[in-house]
Amino acid sequence: MIALPLLGAAILLVGGKATDTFGPMMAVALSWASFAIGLGVIIQLAGMPGEDRALSVPLWDWISAGELSLSAGLLLDPLSLTFVMLITFVGSLIHVYSLGYMEHDPDKRRFFAYLNLFIAAMLILVLADSYLLLFVGWEGVGLASYLLIGFWNHNPEFASAANKAFIVNRIGDVGLITAMAVLFANLGALDFSTVHGEAETLGQGTLLAVGLLLLLGACGKSAQFPLQSWLGDAMAGPTPVSALIHAATMVTAGVYLVARSQAIYDLTPDARLGVVIVGTITLVYGAIVGCAKDDLKKALAASTMSQIGYMMLAVGLGPLGYLYAIFHLVTHGFFKAGMFLGAGSVMHGMNDQVNMRGFGNLSAKMKTTWITFGAGVVAIIGVPFTSGWYSKDFIIETAFIDQGEGAWRPWVFGGAALLAAGVTAFYMVRLFLMTFHGKARWADDVDPHESPLTMTVPMIILAVGSIALGALLYPTGILSGWLDPVFGHEEHPEPVIPVIVIQVLAFILLLLGAGLAYLMYQRKDVPKTAPEGTFVTQAARRDLFQDDFNEIFLRKPGQGIVDITSAADRDVVDGGLVAKTAGAVSALSSALRKTQTGFARSYAMTMLIGTAVIVLAVLVMQ
Amino acid sequence: MTDFPWLTTLLLIPAIGGAGVALLPKGFERVREVALGISLLTLVVGILTAFQFELGGGGDSQFQLTEVYSWIPQFGVSYALGIDGISLTMILLSVVLVPICLLAAWEDVPLGHARRQHGYFALMLILEAFMIGVFAATDVFMFYVFFEAMLIPVYFLIGSFGGPGRAKAATTFLLYSLLGGLIMLVAVIGVYFQGPGGADGFLIENLTGLEISTWIERALFVGFFIAFAIKAPMWPVHTWLPHAASEARPATSVLLVGVLDKVGTFGMIRFCLQMFPDASRWATPVVMVFAVLSILIGAALAIGQRDMMRLIAYTSISHFGFIVLGIFAVTTVSQTGSTLYMVNHGFTTAALFLIGAMLVQRRGSQDIFDFGGWQRVTPLVAGSLLVAGLSGLALPGLNSFVSEFMVIIGTYQNYPVYAVVGTMGVILAALYILLMYQKIATGPKPQEWSATPDMSLREKFVVAPLIAAFLVLGFYPKPVLDVLEPAVDTTLQYVGVSGSGSDEASAPDDASDTTEGSDD
Repeated sequence: MIALPLLGAAILLVGGKATDTFGPMMAVALSWASFAIGLGVIIQLAGMPGEDRALSVPLWDWISAGELSLSAGLLLDPLSLTFVMLITFVGSLIHVYSLGYMEHDPDKRRFFAYLNLFIAAMLILVLADSYLLLFVGWEGVGLASYLLIGFWNHNPEFASAANKAFIVNRIGDVGLITAMAVLFANLGALDFSTVHGEAETLGQGTLLAVGLLLLLGACGKSAQFPLQSWLGDAMAGPTPVSALIHAATMVTAGVYLVARSQAIYDLTPDARLGVVIVGTITLVYGAIVGCAKDDLKKALAASTMSQIGYMMLAVGLGPLGYLYAIFHLVTHGFFKAGMFLGAGSVMHGMNDQVNMRGFGNLSAKMKTTWITFGAGVVAIIGVPFTSGWYSKDFIIETAFIDQGEGAWRPWVFGGAALLAAGVTAFYMVRLFLMTFHGKARWADDVDPHESPLTMTVPMIILAVGSIALGALLYPTGILSGWLDPVFGHEEHPEPVIPVIVIQVLAFILLLLGAGLAYLMYQRKDVPKTAPEGTFVTQAARRDLFQDDFNEIFLRKPGQGIVDITSAADRDVVDGGLVAKTAGAVSALSSALRKTQTGFARSYAMTMLIGTAVIVLAVLVMQ
Repeated sequence: MTDFPWLTTLLLIPAIGGAGVALLPKGFERVREVALGISLLTLVVGILTAFQFELGGGGDSQFQLTEVYSWIPQFGVSYALGIDGISLTMILLSVVLVPICLLAAWEDVPLGHARRQHGYFALMLILEAFMIGVFAATDVFMFYVFFEAMLIPVYFLIGSFGGPGRAKAATTFLLYSLLGGLIMLVAVIGVYFQGPGGADGFLIENLTGLEISTWIERALFVGFFIAFAIKAPMWPVHTWLPHAASEARPATSVLLVGVLDKVGTFGMIRFCLQMFPDASRWATPVVMVFAVLSILIGAALAIGQRDMMRLIAYTSISHFGFIVLGIFAVTTVSQTGSTLYMVNHGFTTAALFLIGAMLVQRRGSQDIFDFGGWQRVTPLVAGSLLVAGLSGLALPGLNSFVSEFMVIIGTYQNYPVYAVVGTMGVILAALYILLMYQKIATGPKPQEWSATPDMSLREKFVVAPLIAAFLVLGFYPKPVLDVLEPAVDTTLQYVGVSGSGSDEASAPDDASDTTEGSDD
């Protein structure tokens, strides 16, 4: 399953130009083959009783020294296979879409090589049976993400965006590495079964440390506060990449990590509180930023942050939330990937513009894109009985449950999640109306047109999923039946306010948000240049000053340190110390030159002394 | 065949071969082919030697394939060779890298200028012989002789064949090394007088496990350690390296940084830890601080560099910090990680220097700001540079990751604080590598260079084995680890740790107790 796309990447990168003709098709085929294998395994496992539904596949003895013995192996259980399905299915659709989207790019082969590499790395990430192998996939997807964000790196800004993504992720990786160091020092193992089996033997402090360090890693990969700054810039990558990596799959790896480490988080409520806080801050943050962005892709990116914030909130809620987090992750994978592909389709028809103020009334020109995008919007804002309604409302309801850890918690976290849902409705409807409705604001030289079938068919499939997947998976009990062996079945206590009230409130907020957007962006004309806006709008446009913060508090001081060290190295260590030594040596050699008198008798004298010393030394030694 | 003098043979092939190359007639045109042939023969014999090495073999002796002859009995000096897992891997690293370097240096010196080509290739072969000797020596004095002898070919390789600032670079290199060497010589003589003396008094086995009074032991430790720290090099005695690396020919830099500098870290394990365990424990806190400083300052300096070769040299200082950190953390995991790192770093640095040099040679400048967009000019060279860089920033799946990870988690067992601070180097590594790559390879395609040829067949033969080594050591380091671990365990026994880290969490306290005890 992993080997096939990996092989594809290798062939395309090493094979060079020879593979230009068949390369992209081969990449697509290998991705589908990977999906087929995954589906085969699922069908096989689904027939087994719950507790047997996990396959361990040991691969090889990787690192062993002393008490460190790490073997590489795979773990196929319902959780990892759920991801496998999402990754390979959505991934393969996006491969197909890219055939159309990247058709005219001269570097198409390299693009498909990176896509295959990404699929392989992501599969390693979810199928690994140890934290260490997970980390291989973890950095592997980071590499693929770096390469793809910087795919058009002839634009220096895009190259910087790629660097930023990798480097911010590295900060998270330090968390993961350190977490592994703590686990290893205490348990002497890094494989999931040992670590999770023996987690109870760890002290509270250790558990908290591990939980928070893993959370740091998750924040980096999933663009959660405070490591969220890279995701907006990551939109520099080709749009299929944004759909696959920066919406549907890679950015959800943090959620996977926390869900996979449930044995640790279950034991440390404090670390879980950390997860909940991070999720809540990000879901609010993303929603606010999403309201102000005029760049279609960046608005979607902010929305992704916000939605992953919901998932983080859900996994942080513990056993009650895991199932819903994964559920939302899957449905979000469909509707957000669908919307990104729609955005790509719009850009394809609009000469790669992304400013929504230059769009408008595209519904007339791009019917399929309009409808499929609409399906995504309906799902994400949670219109009843769509996929997003099922998965998101469950998270909000769970957040309102008082788990006996402080009466303020359900009100704060549930309330934030509920209100942000209203904001979500506002920014998504705003985005939809600005792009597809209102007066046409595009320039005269643009000729919007619908995209080819290779692009629209994947969009249609994802749109169907956005609407129907929730109803298919949840009320039928398929998802819970499949995942319960991993997460265990938990009876849900009643939230602090009745479920029906929450649902009604959510619906009212949805109407309010959507209505407000309708009033602002449909009834009134959208100006082509952005109005100055209030302080809040300006702040949100600037991502609530996160980059300014990073610039002032991280990059500038960092640059200062580098400059000072460099100067010190040049002037003090090298210049002072070494120059003085060199000076001393030349003084010494001048002095020595005086001994080179040229008189044979003084040379003879020196030789005599030397010989005497050697003879003396020999005598002493004996 | 056990009596066959494998190590002497291995030593003599490049030594005699190098002399032979130097003596080839002036008009002879195939100097390079002959030199490459000799280095390949050395490689084959090196591999055969490795097959003579038995895992867990050697019986009571620390070393295998030993050869001991009396050399200068009056001074207690023996001609003694032998290898354990660590020296074996370092020798193999040397014999693998030399042919690659010769191939990379193919066009460095044109034929016909007063036998300069003869001299250049001969010096590299002779350097190879000395490198094998220094790792195989099991007599402290003989080690010292090789340690100093290595300076001669390197001095000429830099001073005669280097760039415009070669004279200063070669002198700085020589002065630093001689300073370290002199201090070590004092310590070498000093340790002899602490030992049993006699005709074989300099053999390592006779100098291990001595009862030395605390302060003398510490003084001797410091004598050896300073020499090795200069060699390694650690901050703040590192400044000769960037000069040397930026002025030397890339192939020389590879041998200098990739192999020669490892003598420093090798010496710390073999001599500092093994002969002076108590003093090592006493010095550990200071050494750890300097190791962490090397990691961080080396990385910060790398970020601030414009000269590609200096930048790569500074990354090495950061990596050497990790190696030293792992050595002095004295857990099986960390020290095996460090010794593996020594191998990995050899390959990574070789790739960075050699591929970087391919770009420098095409562009005619070492300033990374003179580049930009080269991914679209020479995609293969730029892509290989990225792979080498990723190995340098320890991307999982490539070689360096395994060793860096082992160093970090192994060090954490005993010294969590140093480990965590050192881990910051992971972020900095991403910065220096990616910023360098960004400046060199990304950006608009420079039209004036668009006709530059991409990687030639010869260059592919240089790069391919290195990248293959990245992947093999990244995914299947087990054979190398199996060779290294017993040797590391032996060292740890001398230091007095059983090797199991988590039980030794209080090692620093124990160490201070011990030293206080021996003061009385």
